[in-house]
Amino acid sequence: MQLTLDKFTKSFGDTDVIADMDLTVRDGEMLALLGPSGCGKSTTLFAIAGIHRVSGGRILFGDRDVSDLPSQKRNVGVVFQNYALYPHMTVAENIAFPLEVAGQDRATIKREVRAIAELVHIEKLLNRKPAELSGGQQQRVALARAIVRRPAVLLLDEPLANLDAKLRLEMRSEIRRIQQETGITAILVTHDQVEAMSMCDRVAIMNEGEILQIDSPTEMYRAPVSRFVAGFLGNPPITFLEGVTDGRGDVDLDGLKLPLPARLEALPGGHAVTLGIRPEHFGQSRGVPLRGKVRFIEPQGRETLFDILLENGAMLRSIQPVRQDLSVGDAVSFNLDTEAMLVFAETGERL
Amino acid sequence: MSGSSQPQTSMTRNFSMIPVLAVLGLVTLPLVVMYAFLVVDSFSNAPATSLIPYEFTLEHWRFLYDFSLVGNVWIATKNSLILAFTMVVTTLVLSSTGGYAMSRLNLPFRRFFLASVLVMHAFPAVTLLIGTFLVLNFTGLYNSMIGVILVKGTLMLPFGIWIMKGFYDAVPWEIEMAGVQDGASRFTVWRRLVLPQVKPGLVALGVFAFLDGWGEYLLPRILAPGADFQVLSVFLQDASIPDAADYNFNIFKSVGIFYTLPVLILFVVFQNRLMNIFGGGTKG
Repeated sequence: MQLTLDKFTKSFGDTDVIADMDLTVRDGEMLALLGPSGCGKSTTLFAIAGIHRVSGGRILFGDRDVSDLPSQKRNVGVVFQNYALYPHMTVAENIAFPLEVAGQDRATIKREVRAIAELVHIEKLLNRKPAELSGGQQQRVALARAIVRRPAVLLLDEPLANLDAKLRLEMRSEIRRIQQETGITAILVTHDQVEAMSMCDRVAIMNEGEILQIDSPTEMYRAPVSRFVAGFLGNPPITFLEGVTDGRGDVDLDGLKLPLPARLEALPGGHAVTLGIRPEHFGQSRGVPLRGKVRFIEPQGRETLFDILLENGAMLRSIQPVRQDLSVGDAVSFNLDTEAMLVFAETGERL
Repeated sequence: MSGSSQPQTSMTRNFSMIPVLAVLGLVTLPLVVMYAFLVVDSFSNAPATSLIPYEFTLEHWRFLYDFSLVGNVWIATKNSLILAFTMVVTTLVLSSTGGYAMSRLNLPFRRFFLASVLVMHAFPAVTLLIGTFLVLNFTGLYNSMIGVILVKGTLMLPFGIWIMKGFYDAVPWEIEMAGVQDGASRFTVWRRLVLPQVKPGLVALGVFAFLDGWGEYLLPRILAPGADFQVLSVFLQDASIPDAADYNFNIFKSVGIFYTLPVLILFVVFQNRLMNIFGGGTKG
């Protein structure tokens, strides 16, 4: 079911945490709300769930306005960060609870619980108590309980935050698989860009109660609207260099001249700009050669990360397939792909 | 469980327990001796000047059927049971709901209520006696079981509510939010999801309320002095009037044991749960 936020506003006391937010989540889509803590993403989630009342605007499930409906009547499935399983009930009873409350008969409940348990691969755990499950299993139970009622919208609040690294990887693809198999419209709240990009059809980046950009993960990575978005996506992160345009297609970077990408050559001189350089655009075969010294080497198995101190004192990062011919202190000359460089105006938006 | 026995063995190796046990034993000795003679005396006769009994007898227990000795013990027992059980019921019902409200609901004057509950808890009940007497007299509840129950219950509630609030505070909010999202009403959430989490608190509080009601002496003595409402504690006091002509010290001891027995049994059965209450309700 399509979910629409129409001029959604939420304030606590006198402060507007979120003002006039518009957002549409398409039917069957999985959308990530990504942002630093305190950006209002959880507030948005809880407003959709009905835990927070909206202060203004509307929330629509399909064509139905649910803004004034209590949580119980919205049919929203929520997976909480700590799973919030009912500790005194078995797994089966946990999953059956929403159906029981809805007054379904025993036979239906039994059938539905079994079907959902098979979908999330916990059919062997049905008689256990939550305390007897591992973190990943608890996560699966929470997911099963959230989707057993076939909710209009599934909300996931930092669902992977409490798992260790290996399980996180596994549950990432599991949650995505289950979401796709059921076709439930889902919203994932996270501050982890890798989670957001790997699990979702589209990502909405939020900061200070505002959505800055909504796009597919690849598009957002390739063409971020602003410096903030560019800085938020990418691991290892993008490097920013401050400079001034000289009007002849170059940027002056405190003792170093770099050519602007071809599409921006016409930029008039005297403008303060920020160059955004991703590690994969430095140290490849093409581009402008830059000389510097290796300051730090971080092997990551498949790739190696180099911190290069340029001659003008700026530090650039380069990520390259594993190479062992360099050590700290070596003088190198790496190519910078200036065409792939991101250029931001003083206001932060991308040019 | 090798994990739990390991630190224990290493503990006894490093610190000898014998001095500790010796000190504890020495300190407890007077109590043990008194309790031992309470039991011994109630089942035996000893010469007037000696502590050593010369015969085994059950005659000190004839108060159980011979009501001419100290009065009808069964009426007193019935009254004590009524008082204790109504304490359990009222304390549990009101504390489990009141504690939840204090912990979770956005009540007006919540802080004021919390503070006054604490003040009530700290207030010495004896100072209220004259006031409650006047109120009971005015309402016609003086010299009735209902009056005693109302007063005793009121005095127990602050403690019960405060304890239950502690247990409710330890239940994560997310469980309630999840229940509401699952479509359950706030009441269903409380009854089916939250109440089971605070069960250890309810058990402990119930036992506590029973013991408190069973042991109450002052309120029934003063607020319901009539013979119909005599509870065991008052009965025990009446059995021990030393200047009565038929005063029998051993019968008094037997009544004492009879009165203590339920307390001992309850304590043995529930001792682990009772410790919960002082753990602040963190143990689910």
